[in-house]
Amino acid sequence: MYEGVVQNLIDELGLLPGVGPKSAQRIAFHVLAADPADVKRLAHALLEVKEKVRFCRICGNVAAEDECRICRDPRRDPQVICVVEESKDVVAIEKTREFRGRYHVLGGAISPIDGIGPDDLKIRELMARLADGQVTELILATDPNLEGEATATYLARLVKPMGLKVTRLASGLPVGGDLEYADEVTLGRAFEGRRLLDV
Amino acid sequence: MSLYRDEGVVLRTQKLGEADRIITILTRRTGKVRGVAKGVRRTMSRFGARLEPFSHVDLQLHAGRSLDVITQVETLRPYGEALVTDYPRYTAGTAMLETADRLIMGEKEPALRQFLLMLGGLRTLAEGTHEPRLVLDAFFLRSLAVAGYAPALSGCARCGAEAVRAFAIASGGVVCGACRPAGAAVPAAETIALMIALLRGDWAAADASESRHRTECSGLVAAYLQWHLEQGIRSLRHVEREWAGRDPVGRDPAGRDPIGWEWPERRASHPEEAARTR
Ligand SMILES: [Zn+2]
Ligand SMILES: [Zn+2]
Repeated sequence: MYEGVVQNLIDELGLLPGVGPKSAQRIAFHVLAADPADVKRLAHALLEVKEKVRFCRICGNVAAEDECRICRDPRRDPQVICVVEESKDVVAIEKTREFRGRYHVLGGAISPIDGIGPDDLKIRELMARLADGQVTELILATDPNLEGEATATYLARLVKPMGLKVTRLASGLPVGGDLEYADEVTLGRAFEGRRLLDV
Repeated sequence: MSLYRDEGVVLRTQKLGEADRIITILTRRTGKVRGVAKGVRRTMSRFGARLEPFSHVDLQLHAGRSLDVITQVETLRPYGEALVTDYPRYTAGTAMLETADRLIMGEKEPALRQFLLMLGGLRTLAEGTHEPRLVLDAFFLRSLAVAGYAPALSGCARCGAEAVRAFAIASGGVVCGACRPAGAAVPAAETIALMIALLRGDWAAADASESRHRTECSGLVAAYLQWHLEQGIRSLRHVEREWAGRDPVGRDPAGRDPIGWEWPERRASHPEEAARTR
């Protein structure tokens, strides 16, 4: 264990997602050794993001204004909505340059064992967006794990009476990996996704 | 036994550090085990999706000082694949996993009967032959019985009198008019009959029950379960009643009990299972 302030920093860093105790220690000592101006800039960026960044009132994506860049862009197809769990998924899909519609960020996935049900996600907001009948296709791009699949199942059933085209990404295969190295369950999911897209 | 092999059902997964997960597994021989799956969250992990909740797996572990380390996994049945496409079945299954995790408190204490119940319960849910909430209530009642908390259903829990009136959770089941504590629920006789059918595996009777008695049964069973656990089952709040399945009555002409419950009278009928417990 270290002196109070250093240990404090390690503890705080350790609360961040994906940061284990060893990484927290590594980052803390990096900060200690760094130029004070660099550290100030980092601290400022942390504070600024909390002050300035909001969530888009339409899609729930992070935004610098009331509405995000994508919702404000008139070139984006208003008939297609891609549903994702987090804002970082929007970034990942944007990088593919394949998708020209709009997004809806749920803010997570249904996980009953963690006490997270449909009411804890931005599902009511999604239903409100679908109400005017302008949207014709809903792409369910929740994560290719159990919670993501369950969330997609829930949403597909919920919007069924609306008669939309509902599709699911054939995701889950390791990016850049050979098919023969993918495990059977993941591979099965990808094929299932492909069939769904054909519907 | 520094390296050991077992089969089990994944009850829950929790993130650990950068790329690992702690996997809680209910195993056939070892009981409840918590093992680390290293690197499981990386896309290229050799474990892939095999260690997700509901998976019935064959696995090899290395016994560690605090947590065991999972070294090999093979899928026997990925029950999650079947459950996740049907929301009511998925939520019922989640409540089963959470309940087993909570009822079995000690780690590495053999819990063969709970393991067999879990396997039978998941198989039944995945087959879709009975309403998920009935399967869940049967699982709850039988898990409680295995844990030693079977509710009295056919005679007053206090005095043994045959004519019963109410269901008193704190008294341990049905009670007669004289023993009935203030505020105890007075369910329909059909509801008590349904609970008996679910506990014993009389699916013909359970499937033929009316919706209102199923709802009443679920309420009583959930209250009884949570009273014994002294804490709520979080996923229970999200279990859905709605079921889009086909009419299940008569789907199983052999009258087989799919959860594979062995009612105490028949308990000695599986000598090899009894031998495995030791
Ligand atoms: Zn937006
Ligand atoms: Zn009595």
